Amino acid sequence: MTVGSPALPPAARRILRHDRGELARTISAVENHDPRVLPTIRALYPHTGHALVVGIAGPLGVGKSSLINVILEHLRSLGKTVGVIGVDPSSPFSGGSVLGDRIRIDRPSKDDGVYFRSMASRGHAGGIAATTREVSRLLDAFGFNVVLVETVGSGQVDVEIRQVASTSVVVLVPHLGDEVQSLKAGLFEIADVFCVNKADLPGADGAARYLQEMAGLALRADGWRPKVVQASAVARSGIAQLWDAIEAHEAHLDSTGQRASAQRARLKAEIVELAREALVERWSDRLSRNAELGRLLDQVESRQVDPHTAADRLLRKLGSP
Amino acid sequence: MGRKKVETPVRVLIAKPGLDGHDRGAKIVARALRDAGMEVIYAGLRQTPEEIVQSARDEDVDLIGLSILSGAHMVLFPKVLKLLKSARGRSIPVFAGGIIPDEDARRLKRLGVKAIFGPGASLEEIILTARRIARPRA
Repeated sequence: MTVGSPALPPAARRILRHDRGELARTISAVENHDPRVLPTIRALYPHTGHALVVGIAGPLGVGKSSLINVILEHLRSLGKTVGVIGVDPSSPFSGGSVLGDRIRIDRPSKDDGVYFRSMASRGHAGGIAATTREVSRLLDAFGFNVVLVETVGSGQVDVEIRQVASTSVVVLVPHLGDEVQSLKAGLFEIADVFCVNKADLPGADGAARYLQEMAGLALRADGWRPKVVQASAVARSGIAQLWDAIEAHEAHLDSTGQRASAQRARLKAEIVELAREALVERWSDRLSRNAELGRLLDQVESRQVDPHTAADRLLRKLGSP
Repeated sequence: MGRKKVETPVRVLIAKPGLDGHDRGAKIVARALRDAGMEVIYAGLRQTPEEIVQSARDEDVDLIGLSILSGAHMVLFPKVLKLLKSARGRSIPVFAGGIIPDEDARRLKRLGVKAIFGPGASLEEIILTARRIARPRA
């Protein structure tokens, strides 16, 4: 299928022709789970897979957005175009959100080679929104060379970025906590590159040395030893080294043949997840409307039957395996 | 994506055009709109009209709120409105807040600013107005 092919939905054609307005509208439709966007998504899929997708994770306030701002400068100086997705949390109470990553970024409204989009997590855990992967694909199809995804920054649970990015950077700062913090499961395990930001502050050397030791001890199945870089978004230092470390990991993926297997694992997880979502959607209605549910509920309420047995019986009633 | 359509939050851009640094009002409004369930893209201080319009397009917002306390509203607001009109796509409604004399407010409304809030405006009033004037999603 070529760009001019009449089979392509008009929105997809406009995105492939770099129409930013269409890109912005399509991202909204994806975020809103608007079923009308599906033909566009399907048509664009064959045009994806070209962008380098990098995740930027790390706790609140370590300077992820400011770091992205200087990474953008660096990438633009290398002639690369960049799409950025900044994810911020939605309020569990109002559903509302203040998306403030944009204020740290100088370029997006002045430079055609940069597109910045703020996303609210909309109740999704894991550090990104449920639709972040699809939005990153739209930026890929649009033609950006690099897609940077900034996670919510809630700390140890921003781990889903690995489902989207081929290289994940975990940003930390000096004096963030003692070494036990790094033994805990989660954020530390997803890092292909550690970036000690605010390296202009005292304690950066110690933090970097400690991470280096930890990285040396990490037993990763892929044989990669996470790189540790010191940087300062304020002093604009260490940014080229940070990007070099990201590229070194990408080169490792290529030289070991792991890019294909990692991608295959990600796609498999995605297909299973989509199928599971559809299944749950289809079945939850039928389950909650089933006449048997009332009878079982009575029995559970009077403690004749436990909830696990009731759920089993309900499923059997519906003929599920 | 296959899931049924969920309720979609209003997306609103809050920005301060021009050179004044008084952003407390803008931040309070941003927070109030967040608590009213909206997704507020806070663009912050010292934005040029061009940057505001580009951000609004890229973020695909349903509403733009501009705050100004420097007195430059008769230059900067019309510029934003003009840029919004000349850009392709559906129009995005604009509301404003700040120190804006009545005479100027009348002229700005004639130019297309949907609502103007001065000192003493209640957050409730701002929320209700924002809901009413936000561009509906197709």
